[in-house]
Amino acid sequence: MNRMKVITLMTVALLAGVSTGTACAQENRKIPIFDTGINPNSWVTVAKGDFFKGQHKKETAVNYDYEIMVTPVTNAQYAEYLNSASAKGTITTKDNKVFGFYPGDKFHKYKHEFEIKAGDKLHMALDAQGLAIEARDGKFAVKSGWENHPVVQVTWFGAKAYCDSKGGRIPTEIEWEKAARGTDTRAYPWGNEITSAHANLYASKDPFEKGFGKQGTTTPVGFYNGRSYNGFQTKDARSPYGLYDMAGNVWQWSGDVFPKTHYRWMRGGSKSNYDFELRVYNKNSAGPDFHEIDIGFRCAKNK
Amino acid sequence: MNTWANRRDYLFRSTKGLIALAIALIALITAVWGTLSGPMAEWGVRDITIRILGMDIHPEQREGRIIMLYHVIAMAVVAIETYMITSTVRMSKEEQGNINGLVTIGYLLTMFFGLGFAYFGHNYAFHGLFILGQSLLFFAGCLLAKVLWPWNKSTYLEKGSPYAKTPKGIDLERVAFFTMTVATLGSACFGAVTGSFWGNGHETFLAEDLIRLPHKTPLQLSIIGHLHIMLTLVAVAITLLVGRWLDFKGIWHKISMPLMIFGSITITLGVWTVVPYQNLAHTIIYVGAVFTMTAALMLVIFGWKKLISERLAEQGITKANVFQGIRALVHDPLKFGPLWQMVFMNFTVSGVGIFMAIKLDKIFRIWPGREERITLTGHWHILAALIATIIILYYADMCGLKGKARQWFGWVVIIGSDIAFASITIFSMKRGFVSTYDQQPLVDWTMIFADFGLGAIMVVLAMLLLWRIYDFMNEKGAWQQESGELQLDRITAEKKDSVETEEVVR
Repeated sequence: MNRMKVITLMTVALLAGVSTGTACAQENRKIPIFDTGINPNSWVTVAKGDFFKGQHKKETAVNYDYEIMVTPVTNAQYAEYLNSASAKGTITTKDNKVFGFYPGDKFHKYKHEFEIKAGDKLHMALDAQGLAIEARDGKFAVKSGWENHPVVQVTWFGAKAYCDSKGGRIPTEIEWEKAARGTDTRAYPWGNEITSAHANLYASKDPFEKGFGKQGTTTPVGFYNGRSYNGFQTKDARSPYGLYDMAGNVWQWSGDVFPKTHYRWMRGGSKSNYDFELRVYNKNSAGPDFHEIDIGFRCAKNK
Repeated sequence: MNTWANRRDYLFRSTKGLIALAIALIALITAVWGTLSGPMAEWGVRDITIRILGMDIHPEQREGRIIMLYHVIAMAVVAIETYMITSTVRMSKEEQGNINGLVTIGYLLTMFFGLGFAYFGHNYAFHGLFILGQSLLFFAGCLLAKVLWPWNKSTYLEKGSPYAKTPKGIDLERVAFFTMTVATLGSACFGAVTGSFWGNGHETFLAEDLIRLPHKTPLQLSIIGHLHIMLTLVAVAITLLVGRWLDFKGIWHKISMPLMIFGSITITLGVWTVVPYQNLAHTIIYVGAVFTMTAALMLVIFGWKKLISERLAEQGITKANVFQGIRALVHDPLKFGPLWQMVFMNFTVSGVGIFMAIKLDKIFRIWPGREERITLTGHWHILAALIATIIILYYADMCGLKGKARQWFGWVVIIGSDIAFASITIFSMKRGFVSTYDQQPLVDWTMIFADFGLGAIMVVLAMLLLWRIYDFMNEKGAWQQESGELQLDRITAEKKDSVETEEVVR
């Protein structure tokens, strides 16, 4: 009998210890507000030239200069775009979902390939969990405190439409990787070592993990810039070209449309991943209509 | 002095000593290297391990490190299975000694120099010795195939033998061991040949990182086939060995062995076909898998019936009810465990794999690639770990665990592993029933249960090994009696006795 009591108590203690219930949606809870001092509207130029691509460091040529955003697109930027695009009629909202036209991809009928036909495609589901953008009185607005966080729950179609509207494009994998790595062979944008002070990754104990579990939430763009936030000291985790959040926080869509597959590739790793996923050459993938709480994007354009 | 020489002979020449050494080394590596990832990394233990051991770890070498670690552990497991084969399948002492010696030197070279190269600086002399170790294992495999040649008349079974045989007397179980060995040698070549192109067309990669590429090179396909078939054949080998351990015979044995032979050949050819005919290969593999799994089912049916009937006979019960039958079945966890793990495998490995194959495009390929990758790697790691638990249970039986120690050890391994593997299966499939947004509590729960289960196994295994070390330090310990034992059990001897040959190990 006593043994049963001990086992029961231990089980209850174990269950209580691992319980981290989410009574209230993340985006509706109060979160710490920090000004990182990084302007999300800024772009940098990546000069043409070779770089070492991938894990095996293949010398790869990029024969043109291009510009790329210093940070991922924020909630504030995307909400502003939605209002603008809605006014112009390039997007429509139906059943709490945002749609826009996409001309479709060439279909090769390859194994596991899905056909992407021309038509209206999902850009953003406004009822998606973790989305900090909402439609309020016919306008799109950001929930308080989330303005400078990267936009998430945006599909590849939605990311492309945003970048198109800015006269740019989603960076290709090569453009993204060169901007992250520079011209040497480093594994992370800042070098070869990674700590929880470098990036928003799984169980990194950043101020946004308190109350949200090890997965935490996104951090404001440019958060890891060497500043201290309420005692949480970050390191300056810029890439050689001065880009922030090229490792961790949110996966970022890349713009390539490869033949024989409908998948779009993502780079950078996210707040939900361990450190090895944050290496500059690591990839994730999903269909272009997929959206998730840890997927965002940034844009590039020709110089 | 003689005592130490005896101890050396025990560790390096006796079957039980060799198995004990390999299990102890794998356990040590698992315990230490397990601190480098997952929750241990989160808690900062990884950094401590790296600092204390002076590891030299670069982020871009992660994939290469993991591949070498897999090979280090796999070679030790192959060594253990080889020791079991050479001590339960008829062959001469000389043949057994030659094969065991090569295997031992091979896996130790692979282990020490593989880890040395991967984790302690890239000394290419170490890499060469790592390759040499595996080459010796391959050579030992060639010798084993020669020794197992089933058309040697001295190994034919007599008329009326209860074991599977052809009308001419060819021992079909021996054919199954031979087939598995030859298939393993051929499949090893798929890895070795590709490896020889390293730096000259082949680059290090983890198979799970290629899953969504529409085009894979022949070298990549070769490696993908290699890793799948090697683990499958390790599973086939342990199934055959459990059959030996439990003296698998009679009608179930006679049905099972042809199925196992045909299944092993088919599944191997199917995997080899991956390189030229990827689409066709999967169909062949499914057919082969059905045969090997049906053969294993026969063993389970036989084994469960045997466990029940033997226990009931011990108890003097002639007409048992259902509950008495179940109690008899689970009476000895060390013998019930391996058979149960084969059944449990269907929920955590085969079931998951079949479900993935059927619903790949509708479910798994809708998920982000990373989630699909977790499911894939999860169910293969579980299969490897299930095989490890079967080996551990077999080893505990070899050690002669009795009474409460036998019960506790067996049940902790069974329940601990099943809790852990069920948790990992839920973790790997989580995307199917919980969104990423809501998954954190589930991740925490499953990790706790997985760590709890695996931790419990490590603790009881450590206790068993500590007992063995204590015994080993004692001049009159059990190891002294085990030193001269080249065979693993009485059953083998009985079976061998049915054939008259001077060369047989007696």
